[in-house]
Amino acid sequence: MENTANSGNTALIHDPSTYLIEKEPYYVPVGNEITLFEAAYDNHLPLLLKGPTGCGKTRFMEYMAWRLQRPMVTVSCHDDLTTSDLVGRYLVKQGETVWVDGPLTRAVRTGGICYLDEIVEARKDTMVVIHPLADDRRIMPIDKLGQLLEAPDSFCLAISYNPGYQSVLKELKQSTRQRFVAIEFDYPKPSLERQIIIHETGLDEAITDKLLKLADMTRNLKGNGLEEGASTRLLVHAGKLIAKGVEPRAACQGAIALALTDDSDMIAAINELIGALF
Amino acid sequence: MKASVQPYSQEILLERLEELYEVEFTWLKVDPLVAVLVNLDRNTQDFILGWAMRLLTTNVYISHEFIIRVVEALDRLERRVIEAWAVHAADTFDQQGLRPALLVIQQVDAFLEHAHAHAEGITFAEVESILSTFVCGLSGRRLKLAQGDTVYTDSETLYLPNITAKLVKSKDNFLLCKAQVAFMWAQTRFGSFRVDFTTAFTDYPDKEQALAAFHALDTLRLEAYMERELPGLWRDMQRIEQLRLDEVREEEGVCNMPLQGIWATCRGVLHTPSATVDDVLALVPQVLGLPIPQPVYQTRLNPEAVMTCMLARMEREKILLRVKLSELAKEMRGEEETPPDLPLSREEEEKKEVAPPEFELREVPEGQGMELVLDDKPIAPPEEVKQLITSIMLDWGDVPPEMLVAAGPGEYDPSLYQKEEKDIEDVWKGIYHEDGAFLYREWDFARQHYRKNWCVLRELEISPGDPVFVDKVLDKYQGMIKHLRRTFEAMRDENRLLKRQSQGDDVDIDALVEALADSRDGREMSDKLFQHMHRADRSMAVMFMVDMSGSTKGWINDAEREALVMLCEVLEKLGDRYAIYGFSGIGRKRCEIYRIKSFDDPYNAQTKARIAGITPKDYTRLGVAIRHLTEKLNGVDAKTRLLITLSDGKPEDYFDIYNTQYGIEDTRQALFEARRTGIHPFCITIDQRGKDYLPHMYGHANWVEIDDVKKLPLKVADIYRRLTTR
Ligand SMILES: Nc1ncnc2c1ncn2[C@@H]1O[C@H](COP(=O)(O)OP(=O)(O)O)[C@@H](O)[C@H]1O
Ligand SMILES: [Mg+2]
Repeated sequence: MENTANSGNTALIHDPSTYLIEKEPYYVPVGNEITLFEAAYDNHLPLLLKGPTGCGKTRFMEYMAWRLQRPMVTVSCHDDLTTSDLVGRYLVKQGETVWVDGPLTRAVRTGGICYLDEIVEARKDTMVVIHPLADDRRIMPIDKLGQLLEAPDSFCLAISYNPGYQSVLKELKQSTRQRFVAIEFDYPKPSLERQIIIHETGLDEAITDKLLKLADMTRNLKGNGLEEGASTRLLVHAGKLIAKGVEPRAACQGAIALALTDDSDMIAAINELIGALF
Repeated sequence: MKASVQPYSQEILLERLEELYEVEFTWLKVDPLVAVLVNLDRNTQDFILGWAMRLLTTNVYISHEFIIRVVEALDRLERRVIEAWAVHAADTFDQQGLRPALLVIQQVDAFLEHAHAHAEGITFAEVESILSTFVCGLSGRRLKLAQGDTVYTDSETLYLPNITAKLVKSKDNFLLCKAQVAFMWAQTRFGSFRVDFTTAFTDYPDKEQALAAFHALDTLRLEAYMERELPGLWRDMQRIEQLRLDEVREEEGVCNMPLQGIWATCRGVLHTPSATVDDVLALVPQVLGLPIPQPVYQTRLNPEAVMTCMLARMEREKILLRVKLSELAKEMRGEEETPPDLPLSREEEEKKEVAPPEFELREVPEGQGMELVLDDKPIAPPEEVKQLITSIMLDWGDVPPEMLVAAGPGEYDPSLYQKEEKDIEDVWKGIYHEDGAFLYREWDFARQHYRKNWCVLRELEISPGDPVFVDKVLDKYQGMIKHLRRTFEAMRDENRLLKRQSQGDDVDIDALVEALADSRDGREMSDKLFQHMHRADRSMAVMFMVDMSGSTKGWINDAEREALVMLCEVLEKLGDRYAIYGFSGIGRKRCEIYRIKSFDDPYNAQTKARIAGITPKDYTRLGVAIRHLTEKLNGVDAKTRLLITLSDGKPEDYFDIYNTQYGIEDTRQALFEARRTGIHPFCITIDQRGKDYLPHMYGHANWVEIDDVKKLPLKVADIYRRLTTR
């Protein structure tokens, strides 16, 4: 619970390109990812985080941003994301045109970390802007401004990608891939996952173990009607509901079964598994 | 039930049944049937006669037997359950013939013994999908569900009866099925079968009695596992057991307290987590001769089935693991396979013999589970190997070290570890697609149910024709193709710059200048100051399904081929994905699909030759072709999916029921299934008689008839336009 930074009733306003995370984000290392990240960072190499959704990639990035004390900008990629969304555009303000930097540009200018989440979701033509930033030139041309930015050493580009995502058309291009240092993520092993859930939700061991069992069951269904099993994130969600007093079966049905699939037979089967466990 | 409707009289019934069963040919006796029916109300009479008629289209004897037996079932079961029973009999006839089907009908007696009066029974078909997924979620060996006479498992397949009706409510009967499935899973998962059934009971004078005692004791042991592993389900199991006990108490007026004395003591022993099947065996003598507890979810023990299945599996898997490990070792160590014609030098030969890769299975510290180790490096085994290791551990208790030694090249004959009989269900599920056989169901409108796995379909290669054909078409229709290209090009969705938008990527300078001028003149300034790049993503996939039946011989076949050439020429322009498949066949067991152009094939010389090679073959079993191509079409990622049939006529097959209304109804049903998955089906026909049945199959707006091949591509353009400009 304590990782909500703002417990008041009004939003705190930060500029992501300068905001530094003050409090250490809760992150449990699962392998040598921290060393690997730091080595890549020191050598100005861009990073590729590979792994299913909800296994801790975003949390890891927040942790690294804190550790390196750099500002971080996160962009969730999607179909309609345009190059201007990343680089910037002219806007009209009070009858004048003004240029406004996009998140990528801001991160380059301030020497921050730019994290492009779910990169395969973006269109190929949008992604070409990252190529000159990702190779050893580390530059970013902004044609409309007539500027060529050369990234400072502290700038870091990281992208994430879910290899299980079934989309033949949108596989990451080799040419893009090969520029990056890859770090593989998977669901944390049971003992770590237990620790994470207990920390994030405050539940006791007994109920946490049931959540872990349920996770295992849904992961057994991967490839048998489910594209993915329940991620750590979904377990945390269900756990938080339970901790708030929601009946465990209902919490799991809502936060896990319905989140995993739209197929009514599959939902019914997962609900049977939930009913058998709790 | 309306009181005003009179039941059929004896005379009417007699007359109808005599006609129905064609008694002068079949010699069937209808008097007993009349006697059964005459005392029923009209509604029930109609229900039974309706089903008798549906069954008649399957087999006259089954229908006849059905009427005789149905009355016993009537006041005990819901109609929904009776229907399921009748359909099951018809399915059994399709798959196994008359005798087993008659048994299904006759066994209603046996079935009724266990059925609760007025039960809302639940059928296998109703639970199959959910419980298959349920059991797949549980750990351990992958188990299948199938329908059987009793509730038992052979350690790979879990059998459930056609209808479960031991309890009153359908919800409870479902829970019962679920409990039984989980229970049989527990048998395979927690070592109930690590017993040598051939020897373990030979010392008992009454082997059957000893086996029953063993099974009851083992049930107690597994209940403890249920309580620990699946506590929610265990609560449900206790509740349905209580329902049954309450009833027994009511009926027999006795207080039937479960588990006292020795049984309770045994349960105490078997409830410790460390209790194994050996402890169960040791307790058998203590309970011999005592009445045996029979909880409602108790399954049958079938030692013969288990032994047969298990021995074959153990034999197969111990070899299979070694073979798979040798493949894995090769992959890990990056060894090249020696080409067979290059004999190994002696040195190499020895090296191979001396050191077959040895794996190790290590317990992972902290977390649960094991990991596979080669050359001191942990490796992530592929899913298949993981499954195999799991299965072996369940049978053997652990993995004996000798099984972790990779097999030498050619050490085993593949027939030893490949499962020879391929399960019809597996083919159906697509595991053995490389065998080229696909099974599809077919809709029997008389039965108002599907015939399962009824059609056998294969994908075949077409023999290429003369590519010159294509050039000739291009020549002949030059002007036409130009015109078509323009028509299609006009529909092409391209990236284009939209000006004067209220949102966009960039400022529209022209608009801005105007707006600034406006504002200086004191007029209101427009907010449409942006330009936006509209990106083409009208993603469309079209499947052309081409009739290759014998009746297309002559000009229709030429027309089809010419039209396809023209279509390809213009579709290439459009950039949408399209595929072309031909279909034909004889009878339900030889349905054929010919690939002419898959979605991934380019439109090149080979494809052109295949178009030229489209030749009239046999018959037109439409439904199965639609089902197969629907699956293919659904495999591509597109917003709009179109299935266009080019045909000369109605469904027909060789001396087959398919020539009747049956074929039309099946086609209609297959199209209905396709539509439900989001596909838009259309038919372009070159048959004058189409008007009679095409609207019924495709719906009024979704078919066109043409008399001239030149019109065909234009019709396709029409269809496109309708779908894309909505
Ligand atoms: N290694 C970890 N340490 C701490 N929390 C974790 C870890 N892995 C997963 N989580 C939990 O799972 C949730 C989802 O992870 P997230 O980083 O959003 O996943 P992803 O970005 O991979 O989709 C986090 O909010 C956190 O609660
Ligand atoms: Mg994320």
